[in-house]
Amino acid sequence: MSETGRASILAPSARSLLSRLAPYRLWIAAALALVALPYLPGLTGNFGRSLLSQMGIAAVFALSYNLLLGQTGLLSFGHAVYFGLGGYAAIHLMRAIGGGLPIPMPFVPLAGAATGLFFGLLFGSVTVRRAGVIFALISLGVGELVYALLRMLPAISGGEEGITANRTAGTHLLGLSLGSQLQIYYLIAFWAFVSAVLMHAFLRTPVGRMCNAVRDNAERAEFIGYDPVRVRLVVLAVAAMFAGLAGGLHALNYEIVASEAAGAGRSGAVLLMAYIGGVANFLGAILGAVTITWLQVSLSDYTTAWQLYLGLFFVLFVLFAPRGLAGLIVMHRDVARTRAFVGLLRAYAVALGPAAVMAIGAIVFIEINYRRATQPEAGPRMALLGIDMDYSTPWPWLAAIALLAIGAWLFRASLPLVASAWERATEAARTTAGGRR
Amino acid sequence: MLELATFSLLNGVVYGLLLFMVSSGLTLIFSMMGVLNFAHASMFMLGAYCSYSIGLKVGFFPALVIAPLVVAVIGAAVERYGLRYVHRQGHVAEILFTFGLAYIIAECVIMIWGRHPIAYGVPEVIDFPAFRLFGTTYPFYKVLMMAISVGMFAFLYFCFRRTRIGLVIRAALTHPQMVAALGHDVPRIFVLVFAVGTGLAALAGVIGGFALMTEPSMAAALGPIVFVVVVVGGLGSISGAFIASMLIGIVQTFAVALDYSMLDLLRAMHVELARDSPLFEAASIRIAQTAPIIPYLLLVLMLIFRPMGILGTREA
Repeated sequence: MSETGRASILAPSARSLLSRLAPYRLWIAAALALVALPYLPGLTGNFGRSLLSQMGIAAVFALSYNLLLGQTGLLSFGHAVYFGLGGYAAIHLMRAIGGGLPIPMPFVPLAGAATGLFFGLLFGSVTVRRAGVIFALISLGVGELVYALLRMLPAISGGEEGITANRTAGTHLLGLSLGSQLQIYYLIAFWAFVSAVLMHAFLRTPVGRMCNAVRDNAERAEFIGYDPVRVRLVVLAVAAMFAGLAGGLHALNYEIVASEAAGAGRSGAVLLMAYIGGVANFLGAILGAVTITWLQVSLSDYTTAWQLYLGLFFVLFVLFAPRGLAGLIVMHRDVARTRAFVGLLRAYAVALGPAAVMAIGAIVFIEINYRRATQPEAGPRMALLGIDMDYSTPWPWLAAIALLAIGAWLFRASLPLVASAWERATEAARTTAGGRR
Repeated sequence: MLELATFSLLNGVVYGLLLFMVSSGLTLIFSMMGVLNFAHASMFMLGAYCSYSIGLKVGFFPALVIAPLVVAVIGAAVERYGLRYVHRQGHVAEILFTFGLAYIIAECVIMIWGRHPIAYGVPEVIDFPAFRLFGTTYPFYKVLMMAISVGMFAFLYFCFRRTRIGLVIRAALTHPQMVAALGHDVPRIFVLVFAVGTGLAALAGVIGGFALMTEPSMAAALGPIVFVVVVVGGLGSISGAFIASMLIGIVQTFAVALDYSMLDLLRAMHVELARDSPLFEAASIRIAQTAPIIPYLLLVLMLIFRPMGILGTREA
């Protein structure tokens, strides 16, 4: 049955409701997806649901970061400060609830948000005077200052061991005990959804639009009557608020917050997520958060060198895909509608072989090196990709270097093929777009 | 007290010179290319590790020369094959590239030398007392550290002020287009400056490696402090970086030496704080414990009261 046929059966009031909801169809689909996700095959276990929870927290954090980097052009190296401080506020509130404070647990992330907002305004008043390199440096300094301070005050921060709390304590709202990973996932999903909607709405407000203006040309923004410093302060405060909320969710999910939550490592991780996802696109941060969280969790199971792979992945994106994953998708959206797209896919398939050879060579080289340097007690015999090897003999080394070199050479040779296929596809996309016009 | 002050001052000067050696390269690179090199402290770390490995084969003094040269070549390659490519995408991309590079270098160090600190003690050839003060000996290697840093700066100052290539570099700092129009290869000057800057950081790593702990996290520990030096001294000002390095080096060394807390002060004034008082923990922090936050506190105070830094001309 056709769309119109079904619509005519509906009462007129329902039809007008449907048409009113139409602009929000993406949000509705996202909400439904969030509800359905923990029941998808493979994600029904505790591990899958915990992974989804981590992704939700990371997505809020990365979205808040992208308000700074993507929307306002502020490169921060200390965004975890607000995450960590929000997390500490939440964990102390959770302890207080355990001590009898009559606040239901699901509202705990709001304490994180309030703390983030407060510190965003406090630190922002010093840090946002200038954008660019200076802001990057100062955010780094403030990040180190807060981290060192937290380490100095173990009564508040618990130092490296952290502070623990119990999320099942206190009055249960709607009968939710938050004992199971499923319940905590739904709580995180709820707050993540609300945060995403609010951040998206913030970007539609006049001050949200001014963020882009300040990013592109602060001087002109000043000429039309907006003080760039105040715009930056507002956006930093908002970003800090959502980072604090993410910290609060972190506290609820893990029931522990340690000084590491505010450290430089986490600040770097959120930068990686937002950048690899793509800073020019609102959804990019979510994409990056999901991808990086998944990589972190799955890679760290297989190899101790996962941070190196993550770093290489990041540098490759900086060098060759500065618009991130979202940018790559947008790049292919128009092209995918043309017939030349098949040719492009074929060229990609041709280039993929050498790239895989190159990657395998690099992985073998990295893995045997890591094994030799970090686990000398495990001996020189190891299994890699299902192959037994002994790194005290030269063969694994030679094989790795040979694979790397041959793969690189073939990959270079296949690049003109990809370039010409890409040329043809974009040309085809341009002519079809022109024909439609 | 005088003894403590003298030794703290000496150690502070050694540490300050070390900081200046790293930060001067960073400032030089920044003022020339506008690149904030996050991988700069990683070059310091590479210097320490390389000198350890090279020193095992050929001895300390040859390593003192070879290791910085090796790292300088790595730095030149980074500029030539990485930064120059990424430069087209703007400053944010450059910063992110060096940031990712710092990450990768730290992991590569783990891949080569392992996760734990290496046993890089003071080499035997320089491990003897230099002089005796207040009945305590002062080690020769610290004197050597001072001599090397001062000697290096005298040499660089001479090159900068009295040679033709120094003249060209100084001109390229402010007027790169004009220098290029006069027929000089400005990109090659960039490579040279980058190599010299990273070489300086590596030399600092060689002489600092055995004094500090040589471990994979040493770059992450030193990096932020070097950035503080650069901002506090005034972006792009080498003399400012010198004053800021000395300031931070001496203040931090004195702070470490002073094992007193507010509590001790209050006790001296016959005020007793109850153990469960909320102020107790804050008051019981020793000055020595506050040493790590001093540079960052200085940074924030500087930004509030004098945003252009000590000798900076531009407002930060």
